[in-house]
Amino acid sequence: MTAVLDAAGGASAPAEVFEAAVAADERIEPRDWMPDAYRATLVRQMAQHAHSEIIGMQPEANWITRAPSLRRKAILMAKVQDEAGHGLYLYSAAETLGTSREELLDKLHAGRQRYSSIFNYPTLTWADVGAIGWLVDGAAITNQVPLCRCSYGPYARAMVRICKEESFHQRQGYELLLALSRGTEAQHAMAQDAVDRWWWPSLMMFGPPDSESSHSDQSMAWKIKRHSNDELRQRFVDICVPQAESLGLTLPDPDLRWNEQRGHYDFGPIDWDEFREVLRGNGPCNEERISQRRRAHEEGAWVREAAAAYAAKHREADA
Amino acid sequence: MSSTDWPLWEVFVRSRRGLSHTHAGSLHAPDAEMALRNARDLYTRRAEGVSIWVVPSTAVTASSPDEKDPFFESAADKPYRHPTFYEIPEGVRHL
Amino acid sequence: MTTTSETGTPETRNSGTATPGTATPGSAAPGSATPGSGTAGDDRLTGAAAAAAIALGDDALVLSHRLGEWAGHAPVLEEDVALANIALDLLGQARTLLSLAGDEDELAYLREERDFRNIQLVEQPNGDFAHTIARQLYFSTWQELLHDRLARGDVPESAPFAPLAAKAVKEVAYHRDHAEQWTLRLGDGTAESRERMQRGLDALWRFTGELFQPVDGLGVDPSSLEADWLARIAAVLDRATLSVPEGPRRNGWTAGAGRQGLHTEPFGRMLAEMQHLHRSHPGASW
Repeated sequence: MTAVLDAAGGASAPAEVFEAAVAADERIEPRDWMPDAYRATLVRQMAQHAHSEIIGMQPEANWITRAPSLRRKAILMAKVQDEAGHGLYLYSAAETLGTSREELLDKLHAGRQRYSSIFNYPTLTWADVGAIGWLVDGAAITNQVPLCRCSYGPYARAMVRICKEESFHQRQGYELLLALSRGTEAQHAMAQDAVDRWWWPSLMMFGPPDSESSHSDQSMAWKIKRHSNDELRQRFVDICVPQAESLGLTLPDPDLRWNEQRGHYDFGPIDWDEFREVLRGNGPCNEERISQRRRAHEEGAWVREAAAAYAAKHREADA
Repeated sequence: MSSTDWPLWEVFVRSRRGLSHTHAGSLHAPDAEMALRNARDLYTRRAEGVSIWVVPSTAVTASSPDEKDPFFESAADKPYRHPTFYEIPEGVRHL
Repeated sequence: MTTTSETGTPETRNSGTATPGTATPGSAAPGSATPGSGTAGDDRLTGAAAAAAIALGDDALVLSHRLGEWAGHAPVLEEDVALANIALDLLGQARTLLSLAGDEDELAYLREERDFRNIQLVEQPNGDFAHTIARQLYFSTWQELLHDRLARGDVPESAPFAPLAAKAVKEVAYHRDHAEQWTLRLGDGTAESRERMQRGLDALWRFTGELFQPVDGLGVDPSSLEADWLARIAAVLDRATLSVPEGPRRNGWTAGAGRQGLHTEPFGRMLAEMQHLHRSHPGASW
């Protein structure tokens, strides 16, 4: 903090104070001056992130009532609950910039704000719960760990809490798949099928290639983003290959091989047409996800109204 | 505020006895009693707390970032408030 | 400013939700039963004591399942979190209780509908939020009274349940409080919420008589809790400007109800969904 104060001494223009704070790896706090575009980028990113958490509850909640053991049921329920909690942390981080949760939810329901496209894929078998934990949460963690050092204080703090809590999410998914892979033939096949379906969409979670990413450069300069899409994607592939081997499952990419020269795994081309189609709303579950969200919100309106009415009545009575 | 838009509350959690309450985040609730319960459910899912305070966000008065020089700078040039300011001969103990 | 007390009311207890998958002492371990009161050599309960553990375990298991159906559908995100907390507490209780009598998964997944001993109240579908709250208010108020009694461990027969009850009574006090808070807000909220809350209370009233049926092997006669239960429910409903429902609290079928393995029609479909995957892979581990 003192570094900023010292640097800011005298009558520096707010823009200079802001730039100096970002350059010195200081955090920007809600009441600090910040460029409008920085504020807009943050609100957009935190909202998308929060929406992803709450839409992301759906594909997994789809299996809570069918979990095949009570232990797995407890784990899955706790995980889906965490996602609601993470959505709440992120909405409240977004609110520090003066955008209410109600406003953000309205935009989500109206289709004017996005959530991660990965949740537009269906969970067809129990193994999908494992694949989501291992691959989808794994990709999310790869994306999120650098966000713990994001330049905006409330976002960074929310991410610290989320990353700490999410450490069990990925492990439970891996353990679930391991049990299936080492189980009966049918269970093994179920696990392999899930990994086959979730691998490529997981790689798409890092966003378009750096050559096409529209927001990346400015976000990197502002330290909202710390690594490029392709960098993070490569890091994820490198982590997953040996993990898949230990699982006894294969990743569905014939081009996947170690490149001695680069010190990384090479992998095959990603189908960006599919990515764009799903993003545009033409995925297998886009319609279901958003309408379930909207329905829960609309059907809950009378409950929220009742609590507000009760509070108003009792405020008057106490006054 | 629409009739369904619950007010915002700031949540402070004492993680264990002997420590002070620390700001954990915020949440929405229709009233103080529900705010306390929502805070318990949201911020202590992993046994992170032994006591919780909730405060309406509107009740918080914050210093303005524009005032940071007059507010905080004058404290920065009083080094005699810190123990390292004083030189003590070698060998003197328990000071 | 509003604070929790720091002197250990149920709300401030430090236990939180046990990390799933890791047994906390005295919770998932079936070995905590007191020998000599109907336990088998491996510390599992037998006979009437085992049947009592199954009856209470089924209550918790089935209600936890119903609450789990809310995930992603709650009226506000804060309630997604709150309902999941209650569901997780109940699932933890179910696992402890079923493990006192046998293998938790065998009992949960391989029994037929007629072998389940839960009361019919807990198997009732969620309905709207008011209906879910009414079900929780009736059940948690009863469960708190029961576990408070069991936790005393002063009757030899109920000794095997004392460790579980001591932990559960704190959990269910919170569930009861959550249900009460919402009963007050829905009852004394808007005209619509009042009507829905009253409708939920009325619709479930006919399942509340079963709460006080005797459970062999428990050591506590639930009928001794009935007067307290009625007084507590009446007090909450009065504060909430609601009326205590009228009409019978059990139906006229003399064959019995849930504790005799007789359930309502929605329960079979619930079990079909719950058990399908497990039963599709006989002998598999998960």
